[in-house]
Amino acid sequence: MSTSSVSKGCFVFKPSSKKRRISSSKADYFSQGKNDSEDSGLRFASCQLLWKQINSETEKIQEELNKQLFDNLIRFLRQSHSEFQTKTTEWMCRMKSSEIPTAALVLGVNVTDHDVTFKSLSEVLQDNVTPYVVSLQAKECPGIKHLLQKLMGQLMDCYVDADSSEEEECVNISQKKIRCSMASLSKWYENVTKKTGSETPSKKRTSSSRHWQSPPVVVIFKDMEIISSQHIHEFPLVLIFGIATSPMIIHRLLPHSVSSLLCIELFQSLSCKEHLATVIDKLLLTTQFPFKLSEKVLQVLINIFLYHDFSVQNFIKGFQLSIVEHFYSQPLSVLCCQLLEAKKRVTSLSHNQCENIRSLPSFRRYVESQVSEKQIALLTEDSFLKEVTQTLLEDLHIYHENYFTVLRCLHVFTTSLPKYPLGKQIRELHCACLGKSVWETEEYESAIQLLRMLAKDELVAILQKCAEIFISPSGKQFSNTVEKLEEFLARFQNLEAEANEVQDVSVSSQKELQKKTDLYHLQKTLLALKESKRSKKLTKFEMLRFEVVDFIDSLVRSYLAPAEMQTLNEVVYFNTANTLREHLNAAPRIALHTALNNPYCYLKNQTLKSDVGCISNTAPDICIVYKLHLECGRLINLVDWLEAFSTVVTAVEGTDPEAVATDQVDEIIHARFIRAVSELELLGFIKPSKQKTDHVARLTWGGC
Amino acid sequence: MPNFEHPEYPEATLLHLESMVPCRESQVSSLLSIFGERQHFSFPSIFIYGHTSSGKTYVMQTLLETLELPHVFVNCVECFTSRLLLEEILTELQSLSSENKHGSHMPCDTFNDFVRLFKQEIIIQDLQNQTVYIVLDKAEQLREMEANVLPGFLRLQEMTDRNVTVVFLSEIVWELFRPNTGCLEPFTLYFPDYSIGNLQKILSHYHPPEYSADFYAAYINILLGVFYTVCRDLKELRHLAALNFTKYCEPVVRGEANERDTRRLWKNIESHLKKAMQTVYLREISSSQWERIQQDDGEPGHLKGLSAHAHVELPYYSKFLLIAAYLASYNPARTDKRFFLKHHGKIKKTNFLKKHEKTSNHLLGPKPFPLDRLLAILYSIVDNKVAPTANIFSQCGTCYTDWKEPCLLPVPLMNRSAGVLFLPWHILPQETKDHLSCDTPAFNLGWS
Repeated sequence: MSTSSVSKGCFVFKPSSKKRRISSSKADYFSQGKNDSEDSGLRFASCQLLWKQINSETEKIQEELNKQLFDNLIRFLRQSHSEFQTKTTEWMCRMKSSEIPTAALVLGVNVTDHDVTFKSLSEVLQDNVTPYVVSLQAKECPGIKHLLQKLMGQLMDCYVDADSSEEEECVNISQKKIRCSMASLSKWYENVTKKTGSETPSKKRTSSSRHWQSPPVVVIFKDMEIISSQHIHEFPLVLIFGIATSPMIIHRLLPHSVSSLLCIELFQSLSCKEHLATVIDKLLLTTQFPFKLSEKVLQVLINIFLYHDFSVQNFIKGFQLSIVEHFYSQPLSVLCCQLLEAKKRVTSLSHNQCENIRSLPSFRRYVESQVSEKQIALLTEDSFLKEVTQTLLEDLHIYHENYFTVLRCLHVFTTSLPKYPLGKQIRELHCACLGKSVWETEEYESAIQLLRMLAKDELVAILQKCAEIFISPSGKQFSNTVEKLEEFLARFQNLEAEANEVQDVSVSSQKELQKKTDLYHLQKTLLALKESKRSKKLTKFEMLRFEVVDFIDSLVRSYLAPAEMQTLNEVVYFNTANTLREHLNAAPRIALHTALNNPYCYLKNQTLKSDVGCISNTAPDICIVYKLHLECGRLINLVDWLEAFSTVVTAVEGTDPEAVATDQVDEIIHARFIRAVSELELLGFIKPSKQKTDHVARLTWGGC
Repeated sequence: MPNFEHPEYPEATLLHLESMVPCRESQVSSLLSIFGERQHFSFPSIFIYGHTSSGKTYVMQTLLETLELPHVFVNCVECFTSRLLLEEILTELQSLSSENKHGSHMPCDTFNDFVRLFKQEIIIQDLQNQTVYIVLDKAEQLREMEANVLPGFLRLQEMTDRNVTVVFLSEIVWELFRPNTGCLEPFTLYFPDYSIGNLQKILSHYHPPEYSADFYAAYINILLGVFYTVCRDLKELRHLAALNFTKYCEPVVRGEANERDTRRLWKNIESHLKKAMQTVYLREISSSQWERIQQDDGEPGHLKGLSAHAHVELPYYSKFLLIAAYLASYNPARTDKRFFLKHHGKIKKTNFLKKHEKTSNHLLGPKPFPLDRLLAILYSIVDNKVAPTANIFSQCGTCYTDWKEPCLLPVPLMNRSAGVLFLPWHILPQETKDHLSCDTPAFNLGWS
């Protein structure tokens, strides 16, 4: 928009009417940017659908994982005030100092994940235990006043929810500014129980769940507990602390006088690593969702988790980002849906999309492997291409089904090995198999070597587990494999007698070995032993073991081929790890340097495109100043700097450089220079120096 | 013959009072003589101090209630602002005449208002001709309120021109209260700690109705023998006594021993009490868990205390960041070159050691360090290359907030440098933002 004003000034532009805004929905953003975007609407729809499914799946996982913890907690809460309800006035109760039941919830170091847990916890509590649940966050309550205000506010609101007929009264209370003190809280409670007391007296119990997230803020609660204990008899209160580090922090933060008033019980949630393992197992290692992550992308996400934050929530967010990015950037992602649907969509592909398929590297590889007539047909006839695509998609689907089954089977084998050459977790194995042909790696080699040395009972146990995996519904195609495995198991059972004999032999040779003390003799016997081993016929058990290992090896070779080798893998695999890294694990210093050194990278202005090393005069002032300062030493003379700056800037106008040199520097250029320098100072590249007048000190690269 | 003598009150009341306050007779009698008769003017303010659970609150409460004196009892911890405190006093005063249980709310913002409303209220309640007592429990909190509150209460009698006495109950001595500007000195009264004999007497006073006083006294004797060395807090002891009493009674209930068989009972309870000292007393496990163990007669071994969960798992870089911060705060900066550089110059061993021997750095405590040093150490102790990403920078900020409390590290002097500018600014506490104003360069790290 432009203004037709003569004078300078601020102009308010009212946002355009609401209707227009609504029309540009999220889906439109999806189609923007890419000119050759195909089926963007469909892609957007399938992206939304997929995310919805995945989201509900993650929620389900979370719920299952938290179930045990919540059950324990609820039992604790129910018990904690049973005394209060029965109103026992025995000697014991009188003598005991009244403690506040407190649940300490250890939730792992990442606090962002706690929000979700607490949200679902308070929902569960509201449903099962009491309508009065208050959840306070440390950062929301910088002082005891705020804390109580929040607490009262949330309680009163709950009250409104619980009994809407009382609404008017509550509004009155909040209007005349609630007096926030424990006494009034207690009175309020009395009121509520009196009114509803006749109906459900046993259910009235208040538990205020307090997340105390970053430990330093907790000190505020110090006084709080002292007060509470006096009111406990009239006011049943349960505290729930969320702890990120270790429960010892309670003792460290609260003086003994306070912690002695708490009746703390500890609850530990599942470790975040186990949580992640479940999430990966349910989201990634399954054919339920068509979308897949490539090795590099998965590695980025896992690294962020392990190296930086331990946050499952962030991992899922990263996964979501990669879904969106995939559907946005890959036109063929329209086929990334359930197999039947995908086949249907193939038939309605446009010519452009067919060309897109043809340009896929994996498809080109496929074409090259075909006979020449078929090659021509594939490259020229769209209808034939669509047919082939359908079969290829089906192949891809079958590949995935087989892949995950065999992967789990191999995982059973590798976890039993010492030192875990292929990784302890299935995700490590998955990464190894995704990236390259796993059987070509050294680790696989050593794993197979170790497998050949497994003891019999171990091997049998593993084989049984594998058979279970193959029998499970996902492995339909493996009836042969199952038969083979069962045959192996049967043969192992027949072997027992021979196995004993072999042991005897080895024991006797061992004994011989121990007799010799002389080095020469020892060497000789060892050589002889070696010789005999080489020539010795393998026992039946060993032969069988070799057979089993070879069988597993053949399974791996036929089913665990890397995903990149599969035709049309680009449709379902997201593999631009760089984009993901830029978004999730940004490097601000590097980004800043790139921006200042090569503004084209961000501004995308053709005139800024320049060779490395030379200073373009069309660049923003701060870039020119930055580049000039790179050439200076520790201390920068401002006058020289200004001169260099004005030389660069005036070079555009094509004026005679000598004339400028003699004349005074233009006022405007001077001002621009000053502004650019102060911007650099703000960014922390330079600072004023006291050593020399008219100089500034450099703070980067050999500065200071 | 009662210990307390007072013409005002009937002998029966005084006798009752005496039975209620064991081991505090001398304090009560001096308080009685200070109070005088109902209509007498008393000291304008009385300051009572003594250790935790030396009976200050209890004695004051029993005294005022048994003698039916008009009084207001307010806990200063509960009223965290002066406004709340003043309003609370006024509401309590309103409800003195019992008809109106929940007195209507009186807004009272300043001490001036308070004096005015107080005078009104005295007239309404018809209390002009007897002393009204205002007891401020946990009076330490008054020091944190506005400067005029404490002197105001000290002079309340003079300002309102009414018969009123303010009683302060505190755990610290009056000298720590005295404002710089001077004030009216209160009458101070000290409540000494209970001796072991006193504790024995008070604890056995409240014996359970099912058992004889002698039996319970023997139990208390054993309990004190175990716990007296570590704990003299009456409340805590009473709590522990109640918790463990069922265990003590067990042989008697089962009929294995009679109430006089102290030796057997002692054998039964002693190890149990020692275990309690290591767990319940330290709040390693909660008292309800302790009770459950007693009921199940199980070993507490399977129940891990709070300290058993001290192991904390951290993400890879966070762990190293924490180690780096520890090193930076305890090692002097001049040793960095020696420890973290591969090709450091020669160091004169003798000189180095001599300086080192003087004082242990751990005794001196952690020292502040610049952010760039922290990052430099981090880059050198992590094996592979660390990319200076936003995730690491943002953790510098969280580490800072975490360290402030657990005392592992001091406040690192963060600089107004580029490194810090990238921290999510809003998460930093105000003090950090203040620290960020000093200027030390920190930017040349992470590039090399």
